[in-house]
Amino acid sequence: MSWAGKILRVDLTAGTVKSEPLNMEWARSYLGSRGLASKYLVEEIDPKVDPLSPANKLIWATGPLTGTMASTGGRYTVVTKGPLTGAIACSNSGGYWGAELKMAGWDMVIFEGRSAKPVYLLINDDQAELHDASHLWGQSVWKTEAALKKAHQDPQLRISSIGLAGENQVLYAAIVNDLHRAAGRSGVGAVAGSKNLKAIAVRGTKGVGNVKDPKAFMQVTFEKKKILAENGVTGQGLPTYGTQVLMNVINEIGALPTRNHRDIQFEGAKDISAEAMVTPRATDGKKHLVTNQACFGCTIACGRISKMDQGHFTVQNKPEYWGASGGLEYEAAWALGAANGVNDLEALQYANLLCNEQGMDPISFGATIGAVMELYEMGVLTKEQLGIEAPFGSAQALAAFAEMTARGEGFGKEIGLGSKRLCAKYGHPELSMSVKGQEFPAYDSRGIQGMGLAYATSNRGACHLRGYTVASEVLGIPVKTDPLTAEGKPELVVAFQNATAAFDAAGICIFTSFAWGLADVAPQVAAACGEEFTLENCEKIGERIWNMERDFNNRAGFSSKDDTLPPRLLNEPARTGPAKGLVNKLPEMLPKYYAARGWDGDGQLTPATRERLGL
Amino acid sequence: MQKSLHINAEKCTGCLQCEMACSFENYGAFVPAKSRIKVFDFHETGRKVPYTCTQCDEAWCLHACPVEAITVDKATGAKVVNETTCVGCKVCTISCPFGTVNYVQETGKVQKCDLCGGDPACATACPTGAITYIDANWTGLDKMKSWADKLGNQPSAA
Repeated sequence: MSWAGKILRVDLTAGTVKSEPLNMEWARSYLGSRGLASKYLVEEIDPKVDPLSPANKLIWATGPLTGTMASTGGRYTVVTKGPLTGAIACSNSGGYWGAELKMAGWDMVIFEGRSAKPVYLLINDDQAELHDASHLWGQSVWKTEAALKKAHQDPQLRISSIGLAGENQVLYAAIVNDLHRAAGRSGVGAVAGSKNLKAIAVRGTKGVGNVKDPKAFMQVTFEKKKILAENGVTGQGLPTYGTQVLMNVINEIGALPTRNHRDIQFEGAKDISAEAMVTPRATDGKKHLVTNQACFGCTIACGRISKMDQGHFTVQNKPEYWGASGGLEYEAAWALGAANGVNDLEALQYANLLCNEQGMDPISFGATIGAVMELYEMGVLTKEQLGIEAPFGSAQALAAFAEMTARGEGFGKEIGLGSKRLCAKYGHPELSMSVKGQEFPAYDSRGIQGMGLAYATSNRGACHLRGYTVASEVLGIPVKTDPLTAEGKPELVVAFQNATAAFDAAGICIFTSFAWGLADVAPQVAAACGEEFTLENCEKIGERIWNMERDFNNRAGFSSKDDTLPPRLLNEPARTGPAKGLVNKLPEMLPKYYAARGWDGDGQLTPATRERLGL
Repeated sequence: MQKSLHINAEKCTGCLQCEMACSFENYGAFVPAKSRIKVFDFHETGRKVPYTCTQCDEAWCLHACPVEAITVDKATGAKVVNETTCVGCKVCTISCPFGTVNYVQETGKVQKCDLCGGDPACATACPTGAITYIDANWTGLDKMKSWADKLGNQPSAA
């Protein structure tokens, strides 16, 4: 077992909350979290629905390993049709909230319709009810968490909520839990905002007491934790330096997108790296990094907790930003920094804190600023329009834009649309560094070829968490491949995408895959859920999830023409570094990828593929 | 030789493996809400601090109990709640200066750390060494060693 066996269905239009049994047939075919919630979504909504309309649904979901002693077993996902992309969206978060929901006895919560006024859902084990959130509307994530704990006199409540960005329907608004963990990408927070849903507060005291074979489960999870502890990346690199360990590495191999992907190496990388975070500041002699932090059940503990320089221009006289808080992680440091040519670590952390406080994806926000700065330097956007001078490298502009965007003020409203819509509006659609409307993360696919294919085919738009071939192409995990060639990459991307879907569906963190293969995950799932979850079955579940997502997108109107990259990556060769002279070789990889997937030339699932996967 | 649970908060990452292990040991379920050790996350400072019963020698809870439900495990030194004797009066929860004895509404009894009979599950589960189970007479050994290192084992030392 290990599933709670129950889901909550909340009709926001009618204001009703109902319990229903989990569809166990689907649970066995799609496992949980990303897989299972996506199955519910594709069965229940029209793929062509407007993502911000009441007809869209929004699902918070845990996996069978969520809330157990399996390392990193604290993950949850938010699944919906995404407003940034129009594709299926699934954003994954850690912290403690997901485990709390599971411990309250629920596998997932499905929200339907739209509430007439702001509401939040309060869950205390079996009891769940909607409450008026009018007094919380207009409040940040941080204030919402504090207010709900105080109102219910329960400091042990865990809260997942939106801030101003979600309320204002910034198209890349995030849902944030435990102050600084986020279901960050694809605008899931905007969907919550469109439904007038402010938060879910949950307290779970029932726990997870139904793993299939407790003795075997304790044994196998103990053994697998040992693998994480003894691995160089999960046992040393990530806890010590966090994901930021990558900044200098990716810069050196020439794959750090810089100034809206004009360059692929950033001269200021060292100033915003993991090493910079542990070097005492010239201004106050203190280190930026305070400590690392784990999410629920995680024995890696890669999270960064930092303190800003109180004298920095962004936070002078703003004590609410002086305490220890989350960041910087690599993706945020890149998007807010290198993507805009900004090398001011404190300014990056300020923008990152605003993203946490008001619920906004720092990747899409930062990358959109990259496009804004390029348009400014071209003279397309002016100081009068923007309210500030915005050349590449301006920390002042970055900080001002973060405030404006979260609050929906001035030009911030347009930044909140994301780079695709913004660049199209100002006549330069080619400058949006995105796929399917979602901005790239921190790896340039001219320098890491496989990532170009992974981005182009990702079911939620450009993303590093759907097929992280960086592991193989840069770090040599599980085997080293050449980052500069296209050879073998279609098969590599397929393998990473399928395995990642299975990791996500289990309810564990994808960072375990630096040390674990699916062969390490399957026995943990089997001990928790049943012997049928063999490696082979888990591989098939991953592939099934991927194809289900793809099929939804195809029915939503996407086709092979959307499996592409911006012209800059296909036509403008890298100017420096090991990839100098290279563009991404997507045209060479894509047909082979379709073939490996069992799709036709248009990227549609063939009948044989449907048959094989039971779709 | 008796041992003590020893907590080094500096090593704690807040993963709650200890809380899950404790609840699994006592309830057969992963349920931090019923854990006898709690990790406190002071987010303003970034500190995570595990806290549980220190097994006082002259234990307030033991002396306060009107039905003598709390007794000493002679092998481990743990003050142990006998569930069949406990009447759930909660006087021990009031008398404990540290808050580490707590009522469990589902059972109508109190619960506290009993050192798992000499093999504490929290210490086994802790991935960072923040919780260890060590010689009761030498809980200061590591701290002494680090000062000894500073004073006498550095190149600058005479």
